Amino acid sequence: MATETTEAAAAPGMPQLDFSTFPNQIFWLVVTLVVIYMVLSRVALPRIASVLAERQGTITNDIAAAEELKQKAAEAEAAYDKALADARAEAGRIGAEAKAEVQAEIDAAIKKADAEIAARTSESEAKIAEIRDGATAAIQDVAKDTAEAVVAAMGVDVDKAAIAAAVDARVKG
Amino acid sequence: MAEEAKGGGLEFHPMDQFIIKPLFGDAGDQVGMFTITNATFWMAAAILAIAALMILGTRGRAVVPTRTQSVAELAYGFVYKMVEDVAGKDGLKYFPYIMTLFLFILFSNFLGLIPMSFTTTSHIAVTAILAMAVFLAVTILGFVKNGASFLGLFWVSSAPLALRPILALIELISYFVRPVSHSIRLAGNMMAGHAVLKVFAGFAQVAAVAPIAIFGVVAIYGLEVLVSAIQAYVFTILTCVYLKDALHPSH
Repeated sequence: MATETTEAAAAPGMPQLDFSTFPNQIFWLVVTLVVIYMVLSRVALPRIASVLAERQGTITNDIAAAEELKQKAAEAEAAYDKALADARAEAGRIGAEAKAEVQAEIDAAIKKADAEIAARTSESEAKIAEIRDGATAAIQDVAKDTAEAVVAAMGVDVDKAAIAAAVDARVKG
Repeated sequence: MAEEAKGGGLEFHPMDQFIIKPLFGDAGDQVGMFTITNATFWMAAAILAIAALMILGTRGRAVVPTRTQSVAELAYGFVYKMVEDVAGKDGLKYFPYIMTLFLFILFSNFLGLIPMSFTTTSHIAVTAILAMAVFLAVTILGFVKNGASFLGLFWVSSAPLALRPILALIELISYFVRPVSHSIRLAGNMMAGHAVLKVFAGFAQVAAVAPIAIFGVVAIYGLEVLVSAIQAYVFTILTCVYLKDALHPSH
C-alpha cells in the first residue's frame, strides 16, 4: 500500500496515457493474440466443430432410425388390420354358408312336412267323403225301409220303386 | 483531484489500479518492451482461462456435453452464428480471428473483475491495437476482394447526385472514426466502471456512508458484469459489421 501511494505520486493522471508502457503492452498483446489464435484455430475450434457435426449426425441418424421404425410399425399395423379384416370376412362367409345350408335343410324339411300334411289331408278328406257317402246311403236305406214300413203299416200296397224315388227326392232336397 | 482526496483523511486512488508495473523487481523500475508486467500476467491468465474452457473443457468430445463443454459450445455457437448472420456465409472464413478477439476481450473483462486484479482491456494501448488490427484487416480485405469498387462504400448510389459528394465526405470521416470509437468505447467502459468501483470502495472507509458505499459497490459490480459481457459482444458484432462492409461494399 505504501509503495502504491508513492507510485501514484510518481505517475499522476491517467496511467492509460503513460506512453512509456505502450511498447510493453502492445508487445504482450500481440503475443497473447497470436497464442490464443493458435490455440483456437489449431485445437479448440476444429474439435468443437467436429463435436457439433458429430452430434448433428447422430441426431439425424436417430431421427431417420425412428422414422424407419415408425414406418415399420405402421406397416405391421396395416398387416394386422388386413388380417383382421380377412378373418372377419371369412367368418362372415362361413356364417352365411352355414346359415344358407341350414335354411336349405329347413326348407326341405318344411316342404316334406307340407307334402306329408297335404297327403294326409287328402287321404282324410277321401275317407270323410267315403264315410259321408256311406252315411248318406245308409240314411237312404233306412229312410226307404222306414217309409216302406210306414206305408205298409198304413195298409197301402207297397210300391218299392215309388217309395225309393220319393225318398231319394226328399233326401236330396 | 489530489487535494480533494486528501480532505477528511480519505485516500482516493481510483486510477492506481491501472498502473502498469513490473511483476518482478522493484516497483519503480523502468517498463521496457519485454518486461514482464502485471499486464503480461493478466494476459497470460486470459490465455490460460481460454485454453481451460476451450481445450480442457472439450477434451471429452462428448456427444452429450458436460457442463464446461456446453459452455464452450455455447461460446462457439454464439460467435459462429453472429458471424454468419451479420457478415454472411463468406465471412465464416474469418471466424477464428473474430473468435480470438471475442474470447480475449470477454476473458480480460471478466478476469479484470476479480478483486485486486488488473484489467488489460481498460488500457487504450490494448484496445487501440485491437481496433486498428480490425480496421486495417477490413480495409485491406475490402480492397483485395473488391478492388477499386470497394470505394463504392463511400459513394451512396441511392442518394441524389448532388448530395453524393457531401455524403461521401461524411462516410469517409465516419469510416476513419470507426477504429477510434471502436477502441475508446471498450477502454472507456472498462476504465470508468473500475474507477467508480474504486471510488465507492474509498467511501466505504467512512463509517457513516459505509453501508451505502458497500451497497453501491455491489450494485456497480453487478452492472460491470453486464458491461463486461456486453462490451465484448459489441466489439465483436461491430467487427462483423465492418467485415460485412469489406465483403459486400454496396449499400
